[in-house]
Amino acid sequence: MSISRRTLLRNTAALGAFAGAGLPHIWIKNADLAYAAGGEIKVGVLFSLTGTTAIIEESLNKATLLAIEEINAAGGIKGSKIVPIVEDPASDPATFSEKARKLVVGDKCVSVFGSYTSASRKAVLPVFERQNNLYWYPTLYEGRECSKNVIYTGAVPNQQQDEFVPWLVKKFGKKFYLIGSNYIYPKEENNYCKKLLEKLGGEVVAEEYVPLGHSEFSSVINKIRSTQPNVIFSTVVGDSVVALHRQYKAAGLDPEKMPMASLTTSENEVAAMGGEAAAGHFTSAPYFMVHKSPENEKFVEAYKKRWGADKVTHFVSEACYFQTYLFKQAVEKLATSDLTPPNIRDAVKGEAMIAPQGKVQIEPENLHTWLWPKIAQAKSNGQFEILVEAKEWLKPVPYAAYPGQSCTEKGLVEKS
Amino acid sequence: MDQFIEQIVTGLSIGSILLLVALGLSIIYGSMGIINLAHGEFVMLGAYAAWVFHTYLGLGLLASLVPIFLVVAAFGWVIERYVLSLLNNRPLDTILATWGVGIMLQQAVRLMVGSELRYVQLPPALSNSMDVFGIPVSSYRVFLFVVSIALFGATWLLMNRTTVGMKLRAIIQDRSVAASFGINAKRVYALTFAYGAGLAGLAGALVSPLKSVSPDMGTGYVVDAFMVVVLGGVQSLAGTVASAFILGELSGGIAFLQNDTVAKAIVLLAIVVLIRFRPEGLFTARVRA
Repeated sequence: MSISRRTLLRNTAALGAFAGAGLPHIWIKNADLAYAAGGEIKVGVLFSLTGTTAIIEESLNKATLLAIEEINAAGGIKGSKIVPIVEDPASDPATFSEKARKLVVGDKCVSVFGSYTSASRKAVLPVFERQNNLYWYPTLYEGRECSKNVIYTGAVPNQQQDEFVPWLVKKFGKKFYLIGSNYIYPKEENNYCKKLLEKLGGEVVAEEYVPLGHSEFSSVINKIRSTQPNVIFSTVVGDSVVALHRQYKAAGLDPEKMPMASLTTSENEVAAMGGEAAAGHFTSAPYFMVHKSPENEKFVEAYKKRWGADKVTHFVSEACYFQTYLFKQAVEKLATSDLTPPNIRDAVKGEAMIAPQGKVQIEPENLHTWLWPKIAQAKSNGQFEILVEAKEWLKPVPYAAYPGQSCTEKGLVEKS
Repeated sequence: MDQFIEQIVTGLSIGSILLLVALGLSIIYGSMGIINLAHGEFVMLGAYAAWVFHTYLGLGLLASLVPIFLVVAAFGWVIERYVLSLLNNRPLDTILATWGVGIMLQQAVRLMVGSELRYVQLPPALSNSMDVFGIPVSSYRVFLFVVSIALFGATWLLMNRTTVGMKLRAIIQDRSVAASFGINAKRVYALTFAYGAGLAGLAGALVSPLKSVSPDMGTGYVVDAFMVVVLGGVQSLAGTVASAFILGELSGGIAFLQNDTVAKAIVLLAIVVLIRFRPEGLFTARVRA
């Protein structure tokens, strides 16, 4: 069959008419009906299942899926089921960005839950800002970010350090040895720590960064021996945490005299290094598995039942869990026809719930979360003992280390 | 002075770990000319074997060393027999093949036991520290030093004082002439590869209580091992030992004076410069071409 120009024109016109009638969302402004089509609400789940950070991100994927399954089992959101679309970005920022685009543009997800590292969050940020979609980021991070397209449910520096650093100075002394992995998160945390120490009259005897994935700490331990700090303030991440603790223990250093104070050591890392290497060291975080509350008991029990009795929950997987419920609460407030990412963002502002760690709330100004700082000491059984619990929940201040700047609903504001 | 001795001891300890990891690679690379990119995965398999023996059979690390060597060596034998020898051990083909094998091993472990970090217990008898020249040193690190020297000794004896070693050296000199004297080159190659893999497995098991165990742990080790072998000179066992300790002292020392990030960069740069002017490495074994 040959196609003449006339038939081509006719067919094209017919196709156009069909598209106009049959695919209204191309033409009509209220296209976002598609976000809740057929009683399904599609969300993306973007945690690495392979590659370096899969070690931890696998548990974030599991906590998110658990929450989604629970919500669906309890009838979904106003009758609609949440349909998770799981992608594996393989611990690679470029792949993160590519998969994020696929979830947002291709699958038309109304929100995406994802990322552990700051590098991967920074990589997907342009996708969410350009498409005006919404990213839910569960990890504690360095702050200094003010996006209208990210809901941050992890702690920022002021929420981990405001209680922790003065407590350490009071209990152990003023000489701090700062050690971190060599990237943005440890540098910003140390930056804030130095500010706090300055106010308290503390002293930094060394500030040092090791390559990501580094596992040979003997020279660091020699330096610790020769500088004799009161506290080793650690923002080392990933498998390096495990190596550092084990080599500290093997070198015969004593946590009672020179404890490590970490912002990154969770139940997950403790399980890998063994209780005896972790025992005696401190961590500051909003959540620990041993926290006593009915909500946490329910969470831990459900997690173990779903994924295995030897699994642990930790301060990032808890945020994954409760942020999925906050998503549900926000969507519940919206009419189905209003279901768009910007509307969800507006609906989640000021939204509160009782999370496993206590009552949390999204701060309307900066889309970060009000959390409950806690200080805990690791025990040889692999769990923590919570020593200090904040009496008040703490407001998130993502620009705490930068007095001239603050994150507001209009965006980043610089005071002159 | 104390600090200086402390630093020398630290360097020896780092060097002994490098030697442990590089020894297997040195054998395979030096004698067979195979660039084994799956070496890191053999190290990883050894670490996982230690974890499996400990968790499921309740065996301590020291008790499971021999079985771990045998298990990983068997693995190496299978891979030589059914992958590499089918490619006639051609260098370029085997690079690609071993790389692929490495990826498959990584993913297989990930699928079978998950990707979380695993825990291997430090042998309780070695968990204290002891005095070396008045410096407190972890007993386990001293133990690693002794083991790495012992393994080197065993390997040297195997190469130079046994029939298998003699046959292997004959094959290295000239494969076709060796074959015409009735040496079964295929069998010797398979055994050599298995031995190298077994050593890598041992290294993985031995470092696992100090470091961490994860499916992709091998990536870092394979880079370190290649640096040691290339610097020391291919085909020279003594060169491997010397370069392991040189690199250990160098990176330990720079890390102490500066930090580990700088140490890594400077050491790598130094190797590149050295290879530029001495492509055969520091030590060369005289081999008739």
